[in-house]
Amino acid sequence: MSALAVAPAPIFDCRQAFAETLIELARADARVVAVCNDSVGSSNLNGFKAEFPDRLINVGIAEQNMVGVAAGLANGGFVPFVCAASPFLTGRALEQIKADVAYNGYHVVLCGMSPGMAYGELGPTHHSIEDLSWLRAITGLSIVVPADPEQTSAAVRWALGAGKPAFLRVGRVKVPSVTTSSEPFRFGKADVLREGRDLTIIATGTLVSRALEAADALAARSISARVVNMSTITPLDEAVIIEAAKETGAIVTAEEAMVEGGLGAAVAETVVRHCPVPMRLLGVPGFAPTGGAEFLLDHFGLSRDGIVAAALELKG
Amino acid sequence: MTLDALAVEMPKDWHPVVWQDASPEERAGRLSATARDVRRSVVRTIDAARAGHIGGDLSVSDILTTLFFSVLRLDPAHPSHPQRDRFILSKGHCAAALYSVLALRGFISPDLLPTFMKPLSALNGHPNRNKVPGVEANTGPLGHGLPIGVGSAIASRLSGANWQTFVVLGDGELQEGSNWEAAMSAGHRGLDNLVAIVDRNRLQQGARTEETARLDPLADKWRAFGWDAVEVDGHDHAALFEVFTRPRQGKPLCIVANTTKGKGVSFIEDRVEWHHKVPSPEQVRQALEELGQ
Repeated sequence: MSALAVAPAPIFDCRQAFAETLIELARADARVVAVCNDSVGSSNLNGFKAEFPDRLINVGIAEQNMVGVAAGLANGGFVPFVCAASPFLTGRALEQIKADVAYNGYHVVLCGMSPGMAYGELGPTHHSIEDLSWLRAITGLSIVVPADPEQTSAAVRWALGAGKPAFLRVGRVKVPSVTTSSEPFRFGKADVLREGRDLTIIATGTLVSRALEAADALAARSISARVVNMSTITPLDEAVIIEAAKETGAIVTAEEAMVEGGLGAAVAETVVRHCPVPMRLLGVPGFAPTGGAEFLLDHFGLSRDGIVAAALELKG
Repeated sequence: MTLDALAVEMPKDWHPVVWQDASPEERAGRLSATARDVRRSVVRTIDAARAGHIGGDLSVSDILTTLFFSVLRLDPAHPSHPQRDRFILSKGHCAAALYSVLALRGFISPDLLPTFMKPLSALNGHPNRNKVPGVEANTGPLGHGLPIGVGSAIASRLSGANWQTFVVLGDGELQEGSNWEAAMSAGHRGLDNLVAIVDRNRLQQGARTEETARLDPLADKWRAFGWDAVEVDGHDHAALFEVFTRPRQGKPLCIVANTTKGKGVSFIEDRVEWHHKVPSPEQVRQALEELGQ
């Protein structure tokens, strides 16, 4: 550890960057509308509503209708940003996401707010740990998981121009800034945030900053860990994964979601096809006990120490 | 960026609605003859595929014919025109009826109909907008059409356009709760540019609707959700035309179209087993005879 006293990095809730960017886009583009399910407050849409009352379509607590309405708005030339808590958006309206949005090919941006275990003590009904697994199985749906506010903002801008169905996972668990590039988000491209030789940690969303902390801790043990921010889950940046497998020989994945079908599974599918190497997949193992989001992340080993332990298993 | 619906003018020479200006008698006669053509096409199309949903196709034929030939502002030459009326067949399993109407109206070639449900055909068992011009939304799972229609009606209003949205629903599919979420939205917003037509043939796949999960009093349910609701004979083209074109103000309209499943073919009419049964060659001959081959 550094001997210098370092002030803790400021941390952010990505919903704020999301909301500010959406308002900015709506000012410049008449096609932008927001659709929500009584989630004006929880999706940080009060500012949007104040400025564009007609373009905030709150259908009430009715997720299936919400996604269908968005498809109809897209049919009429609008670009709807559907903003709702991720467990209900993706779970309750899964068939609408498949049939109305993806199969039609409508340019709808599904914004899963407060995903993972952000709702902590509210329990597994309100956790969205299955969303990546469910949505990865849907043809033609891009899946983006920004890691910090800068990346969130850039991903929202990308989504407006995408011209195709997309899911954005907008985090509520506070995170520090991790993107350093002048181009914080490149669709379909992973960012190598730190070079390393001995193994690679591939993380997404909330877990990216924790992966960087783990790399620091591993460096103190003379293990050189590469850190990759996999902000696009579909389509996956296979080149970065194959390179990591070939050059570092071991991979740890980390996500605030079920490993089964999520980032870990996606990376493993690529690794096993192109360059099998030992892996450890870190994620949420199932329904969580009671606890706040930070507690639960630590409880399940989705932490600096958990990632370090997995890395030592591979390299120890 | 502005909206296409505002940026694109209606072509001056666009006369997409046929037969609207005909005399009521002439229009009813043409619609009646065309609906017969549609039914014959349905029977032949299902015969060729040896699959399909013949009962619902025949019950919805008059509704689709009236809409596509005298109500909807659609132009087969400009199937994606931003100002077009939107038509959504929520009961997507009745695709053979829709494809038959689209072929007769000039959206697709009649030569495609014999490929219905054949390998790699554009004419899937449920309609696909990306393969078939004139299809507005991919439907099949029930309870999806009305929410999309509500979104389309909101889009029309938000963009200051005046296109109308028409959604045809099966009665059985009203057991899906998503319809009532959408009904609540449309009523709440007073979407008077939205029309829902219920093909009320009183049969679902396995039994009568009223023996499965009761829908009556159906029109009252829509009224309770803030809609105007009227009941018509769903096989009476003049009555259908009148309610489709009736001025609307402040409320969405639900038309409960009382129909007979299998209408026009005696041995299919109102029989639950004909939801998706395929007629034998002899039954096809008899059906076409009854439909004035």
